[in-house]
Amino acid sequence: MSMYAIVSIAILVTMIMALIRALYGPSLYDRVLAVNMFGTKTVLLLSVVAFLYGRPDFLDLALAYALINFVGILAVLGFFQSQSSDQPEEPEK
Amino acid sequence: MMEQIIDIISWIMLTSGGFFVLIGGIGALRLPNFYTRMHAASVTDTMGTFLILGGVILQAGFTLAAIKLLAILAFLLLTSPTASYALASAAILSGLKPETKAMLDEGAKAQ
Repeated sequence: MSMYAIVSIAILVTMIMALIRALYGPSLYDRVLAVNMFGTKTVLLLSVVAFLYGRPDFLDLALAYALINFVGILAVLGFFQSQSSDQPEEPEK
Repeated sequence: MMEQIIDIISWIMLTSGGFFVLIGGIGALRLPNFYTRMHAASVTDTMGTFLILGGVILQAGFTLAAIKLLAILAFLLLTSPTASYALASAAILSGLKPETKAMLDEGAKAQ
């Protein structure tokens, strides 16, 4: 068993834990945190799998995924912030 | 000889990176409240990323793949603290209070 396989199994187990946290997550921000973590782990998994199977073209996918993940998290956070400011919990006089 | 040393260093980096990622995953699943869970997730974002990608870069040598991996590493090290900061700031602004020691003491008195 190669070193890459062990590392990718560790990353996969962590991704499963992040998914469990995203499903349980008591608050909305727990879910966003878990999804962010899942995305970062996907980038790591792609770059390790590229070397596990000897296919360096996977690295382009990892780079693209890293770019998309960051913008996606910021967009989700911005969406929820503007949504919560549109509907104030206590109406102001 | 030199190749063996580089191999050993990269294996150590890969296994300790996998260890840190696993620890962070357990922390994100098990810790009691949101800010502690975020602390655990940030560990995997910086330490795990640095160690795993560093180990893979050492295995790649001077190739195009190493340059792409360096780009991924630089980008992740720039963006994931930024994302963590944005998440913490959004959580604070939405009114999710971090547990302080005084609150914990009050909770202990209330019980």
